[in-house]
Amino acid sequence: MAEIRVEFVAKNFGTFSAVKGVNFTVDHGSFFVILGPSGCGKTTTLRMIAGLELPTSGRILLDGEDVTALPASARDIAFVFQLFALYPHMNVRQNIAFPLRCQNYPRAEIKKAVEDAARLLRIGHLLDRRPGGLSGGDRQRVALGRAIVRRPKAFLMDEPLGALDSEFRRVMCGELRELHDRIDATSVYITHDQLEAMAMADRIAVMNAGSVEQIGAPQEIYDRPKTMFVADFIGAPPMNFLGVHTALRRGDRAIKIDGALVEMPELFEDRAEGRFALGVRPENVSFADSSSLRGRVIGTEYLGTTQIATVATASGPLKARLPSDKPVKVGEIVGLTLRADRLSLFDAISGHVLASALYGGSHG
Amino acid sequence: MAEVSLVDVSKRFGDVEAVRGLSISIKDGEFVVLLGPTGAGKTTTLRLIAGLERPDGGAVVIRGRDVTRQVPAERDVAFVFQQYSLYPHLTVYDNLAFPLRSPARRMDEALIRRRVQQVAELLHIEQKLANRATALSGGEMQRVAIGRALVREPAVYLMDEPLSSLDAKLRAELRLELKRIQRELGTTILYVTHDQIEAMTMADRIGVMSEGILIQVGAPREIYEQPKSAYVASRLGMPAINLIPAELVASASQPPQARTVGLRTEHIRIFSTDRPGPRAQVHRIEHLGDQNHVHLRLVTHSLVTLADPAQDLKAGDEVSLEFTAPLYFDQAGNRIGAEGAMA
Repeated sequence: MAEIRVEFVAKNFGTFSAVKGVNFTVDHGSFFVILGPSGCGKTTTLRMIAGLELPTSGRILLDGEDVTALPASARDIAFVFQLFALYPHMNVRQNIAFPLRCQNYPRAEIKKAVEDAARLLRIGHLLDRRPGGLSGGDRQRVALGRAIVRRPKAFLMDEPLGALDSEFRRVMCGELRELHDRIDATSVYITHDQLEAMAMADRIAVMNAGSVEQIGAPQEIYDRPKTMFVADFIGAPPMNFLGVHTALRRGDRAIKIDGALVEMPELFEDRAEGRFALGVRPENVSFADSSSLRGRVIGTEYLGTTQIATVATASGPLKARLPSDKPVKVGEIVGLTLRADRLSLFDAISGHVLASALYGGSHG
Repeated sequence: MAEVSLVDVSKRFGDVEAVRGLSISIKDGEFVVLLGPTGAGKTTTLRLIAGLERPDGGAVVIRGRDVTRQVPAERDVAFVFQQYSLYPHLTVYDNLAFPLRSPARRMDEALIRRRVQQVAELLHIEQKLANRATALSGGEMQRVAIGRALVREPAVYLMDEPLSSLDAKLRAELRLELKRIQRELGTTILYVTHDQIEAMTMADRIGVMSEGILIQVGAPREIYEQPKSAYVASRLGMPAINLIPAELVASASQPPQARTVGLRTEHIRIFSTDRPGPRAQVHRIEHLGDQNHVHLRLVTHSLVTLADPAQDLKAGDEVSLEFTAPLYFDQAGNRIGAEGAMA
């Protein structure tokens, strides 16, 4: 178990700044997920924590010790890659034992450590098999076994489930989180899949273009995204934005969209006339004939339990998540209601959220 | 008229029966998705249609012609692979034009330009035509790869998980785009995936495969609501359908031969314990943003269901359950009362 602190860490590759001064702390025993699109700097950040890249500036502390300049081998951290590279000529036992053999551990100790790891991963029955004959999931478990056998202070995982089937990925998400809890580890996990992040993380850092946009508990980030980027990156389908040009006053509890007055959480700041975006999640949009906010249904997507209806409004398209037994016809004109206490208002130019009752006054 | 038909096609690789007696017809302008886990035989089926594999038995018919013995080039199909394979030294334009410039086609350069322009607009990459293929983002590259198939007008497009190498976000966008393009052009597509959301949102019909067998073919809603077997029921739905032993939820309406009961999340209602009904305990609540999954313990079994956000539940709570519209499966996993008899 360990605490990882990342302080003002930046990394340039030539003229390209891959990571632009990020700060975060991963608490003892927590499962921390760095989430972002490809090219956002999440892998580079992880590699710097691992000691596989040297930061251009900033510090990395492992349990209070500055390890910024230490090589990977001196950091007591295990790295699990996306593509599990197992030695095909060794059996599972030898594969898991490999990191300890390299460090010349006594034979009896290795045997015990391997069996403990295998038990934790529930692959004890596979120890004498070759990896070639194993399923994808079991190979992934063996790769994890090789990572945990050393009992390192922290695990760094670079999209370890990226290569798996989507359904199996859900199962492995649960398994990884359980494993983390069982061995009382500190884990840093990177992914571009927001569902994985939501399902596993204690805290999520959302990265974009080399910077951290927001750090928080999954539900916090989902319910109170601080930027339009975060609001758009998290959620499937993502948050809807309705464009509006207006002036705003502290204390406002409603906003005019296409001539319809839409209630929203009380606003805590004044803003001169400008462009704003009202953000609403699809599950907070419903159909109501009486509403004066209207649009035309331009598409539906069936998802089993629910369906997604896309409605064209004068302020932009809006997706609504509705029960799938509700009849929705493409082409029909519908009235829309937005759940008042769950609306976010963003500055459409900077992308930052405005302070409101939903956000408890703080912002940015 | 069917564009593509497979008639009792089989293919074996050594000991493995990759595809077993598979028959399906894909109609002109239809979007059919084959859904199944790795190793179900989906990709082999595509390769058999493309002519990249030769079947051990059965026939492949494209536009009314038996093409079973023909080489891929004679078959009038376009294949899109999982990994985009673009020519890195060529521009986007030349990558798109490439299939049209083959000596066999002798297409007029003005016609090629028109066709490339059209496809580029459809895919929203018209601004990138002069770029080198390597100067594109992953999503743009995959769009070019799809575009390279679209410039031709084959009888059928065969797509092997073309979106799976992309970011989740981009995948969702391209999913909608691909469906839009298919609808606008009226193209015929056979698409392979293990992603149920891709299948449900794009397909006119889904074919569920397992171990080389095509188990059920139908519209997404039909597959979801009227699955033929417990296996098919478990392929669609998030959270997945709960399959529990019949004796745990015995009721008067339960058919005697039922061994397993399938309960989808929308068919489980949670009440406080002052209401009669099977008792369960809240084990864990998983917050996934838009949905909260409630994990329940029902005697020895776990159930996962969506929580009504208005309902105040926490781990450890005792609750009473009500089940509506359960699906019943027999010993072999086959649905009892399928084909609408018990709908």
